[in-house]
Amino acid sequence: MSTVGRLYDRVMERAVHDLGGRPTTAPIDRTEHELADWELLMDAIVGVLGKNGLVNVDELRRGIESMQPDVYERASYYERWLYAIETILAEKGVLSPGELDSRLDT
Amino acid sequence: MTFRAGQLVRIAARKHEGHHRTPDYLKGKSGKIERVHGSFTNPETRAYGTDGLPLETLYLVGFDQPDLWPRYASKAKDRLLVDVYEHWLEAT
Repeated sequence: MSTVGRLYDRVMERAVHDLGGRPTTAPIDRTEHELADWELLMDAIVGVLGKNGLVNVDELRRGIESMQPDVYERASYYERWLYAIETILAEKGVLSPGELDSRLDT
Repeated sequence: MTFRAGQLVRIAARKHEGHHRTPDYLKGKSGKIERVHGSFTNPETRAYGTDGLPLETLYLVGFDQPDLWPRYASKAKDRLLVDVYEHWLEAT
């Protein structure tokens, strides 16, 4: 399991995604946005990974919840999905560490 | 199945460890079993790549809103209904 996963799995008071009832004065952003192509693709990839038994929805959630709190706060919805499947697929050895980054650099 | 509809229960006040679906704001709070949903695979173990067996019983638990929020200002009879797995429930 990744270092990030172990950080998340340790006992803590409350995880970053567990927002219900947390006091805030920040307004809720209810604006809709047109989905970008990469967001549609992200949705499709997660669907295919689920259908083929590689990443289930609970693993996806756990991957999202394992994000460092500051990274989680800054990330958009589908950026969190991307982070999660990269984490889970690396754990399972489907992706090797840094594989996606190295492909992006070429 | 341990609990029946109508029974009073308390949500375990365990700290956060690993993936689970019991929200923080319910921990340590008391509610009433409204309904037994049935048995389902356990998301807490499925989240780590297992088949989620043995099956866990899932309940619909009802809470009085004023019990959850210290400064709840609306109707005292308002209730909140949440799905909670059996291993988070304690008899009161």
